[in-house]
Amino acid sequence: MSRRARASGYFRSSYGEDLTLLPTRLERWAAVGLLVALLGLPLVASPFLIDLTAQVFLAVIGALALMLLTGYAGQVSLGHAGLLAAGAFTVGILFKEFKAPFFLTLPAAAAVGALLGVVFGLPSLRVRGLYLAVSTLALNFLIAYLGGEYETRRGFSTGIVVDPPSLAGHSLTNPKAWYLVLLAAAVLTLLLSANLLRARSGRAWAAIRANETVAETLGIGVASYKLLAFVLSSALTAVAGALFAYWRGFVSVEAFSLFLSIQYVAMIIIGGMGSLAGAILGAVFVTLFPYAIEAGLSTLARGTAYAGVLFAVNAAAFGAVMIAFLLLEPQGLIGLWRRLATYFLLWPFRHRPLGGARR
Amino acid sequence: MQLAVNILVLTAIYALIACGYVLIYRVSRVLNLAHGELMMLSAYLLLWTASLFAGHPLVAIAAALGLSALVGALVYLFLLRKLTGEMALAAVLTTVALGVLLRGATVLVWSAQQQYPAQPLGASNSTLALPGGARISVWAALLVATTLVVYAGLFAFLRLGRWGMRMRAAGQNPLLAAQRGINLHAIYALAWSLSTLTGALAGILMALDSGLSQTMAIIGLKAFPAALVGGLDSLAGALLGALMVAATEVMLIHYVDPLLSEVVPFLLLIVVLMLRPWGLFGTREELDRV
Repeated sequence: MSRRARASGYFRSSYGEDLTLLPTRLERWAAVGLLVALLGLPLVASPFLIDLTAQVFLAVIGALALMLLTGYAGQVSLGHAGLLAAGAFTVGILFKEFKAPFFLTLPAAAAVGALLGVVFGLPSLRVRGLYLAVSTLALNFLIAYLGGEYETRRGFSTGIVVDPPSLAGHSLTNPKAWYLVLLAAAVLTLLLSANLLRARSGRAWAAIRANETVAETLGIGVASYKLLAFVLSSALTAVAGALFAYWRGFVSVEAFSLFLSIQYVAMIIIGGMGSLAGAILGAVFVTLFPYAIEAGLSTLARGTAYAGVLFAVNAAAFGAVMIAFLLLEPQGLIGLWRRLATYFLLWPFRHRPLGGARR
Repeated sequence: MQLAVNILVLTAIYALIACGYVLIYRVSRVLNLAHGELMMLSAYLLLWTASLFAGHPLVAIAAALGLSALVGALVYLFLLRKLTGEMALAAVLTTVALGVLLRGATVLVWSAQQQYPAQPLGASNSTLALPGGARISVWAALLVATTLVVYAGLFAFLRLGRWGMRMRAAGQNPLLAAQRGINLHAIYALAWSLSTLTGALAGILMALDSGLSQTMAIIGLKAFPAALVGGLDSLAGALLGALMVAATEVMLIHYVDPLLSEVVPFLLLIVVLMLRPWGLFGTREELDRV
């Protein structure tokens, strides 16, 4: 089995095999190659590219967390920006009020996120679907308000400045060091997510997503697994927010608008629901999108003042792309990739045999 | 007294916007989160028709309203129709995306600055003195009257007319309605068109009263809690919900903190979702359908 470049069907025959993350040799080498390439990137890349990749890593953490919640457990959240804000403000407030070091603020951010996860998750025990989306939307506004209130009350109306994290006299200021830290955080999040999904929790979430009544009948504690999904997802997101605060060195409520929540939802839709790789692809796509638009505009309208309308063009194009994916390719980028891969795997045949493959 | 007038005007605004959410949700079980942006678009359309028909305010307003109703129907025909039968969530996210698109597009076409469509129309905005020392602008008074007329009209339309009956039927059971020969797509398109029309009335009157900028979309979103507090499928509920949200908001702003304005409706929304998620007048079984 490991001789194959890529499995053409579902051939796993034992529980141990079913847990394998990268079943074929090609996939293992590809993963190693990608990791080496990412590690080597700061040696050759320009500062701008390093900054951009760091942004992508942060988005990947948030998108993976949202994917766990929405793509796997089936619980919709439109309040992701609120959770990021909660993590960032935990860092900001602890730093400003108590001069707390990063090894205290990061766990604190995770704890605040977990607590908020319970708060976000409690409505999910009573309401579903649209109503849940709306309640998370409301919580998003609430957190943004509390953050703004803190800023004005304490006189940081333009935002809170946070010093870079430091340990034993060395502070983390080098963008290349930051790149590695964020890369490690993103890879850890990916491994954690993959692990959660191949364990009992992942199966429980899949069952809840498919049909709550059936899940309950199968003996799955629907309420506790829903809350678990909310708590884990929120804690991860809050940590992403905390890292964002340290990385930018600045916390302001302006950065966490409703548009950011929409962007995260867009990431998992554009990437493809129910796939970790999809979350990563979506995060890359959505993060790079505004830069692509800017580059496109500057080549199209050379010399004219396009800077003023950049945000508007960006929003309009973003909305259009999101609609296009929802209407034309609901499986997202990963769906496109899978169709392409299936085409080559099965060639010269067009269809999989009945009752065979799972993916 | 002025406080009561403020509450009345805000209630009218929220109620007029909220009935758009209710109409679409009641008929097609879709939550239109682009309602605020569509409302804003209508107000910007007035800006355009005002420059076309300068000096004829009524013609300009009628043209803007007609265009808005058309936009609503087009949104259904080109976007939401394709999503019929899919997950309700896909439809909601599509409206969210439409909202983002519209925000960007309106800035591109009309710029982000505060604009006053009342100026090219030559319409003045005077204030009326009410007994008790309160004041109300003419446009705000007109808005309150419009809200009453719209609600009366909608009640009559849904209760008495043939199309209203079809709409209620489609909302209750789409399958049976289709079996009886009701053209569901036409009904849904009509609901979208009516919803955008009522939103347009609100947007246009607000723009005439106090000018027009991107913040109007946020007012549209703030009216959504009003619809939900009353029950998403109940028109009477939307009226009462609007009153509750408006009263709480005005009181808290007046007595506690002006910054609260942005969150009050959503606070109320959370409370209602925890205690009585189907709203005051909503149907309880709705929850399991979504």
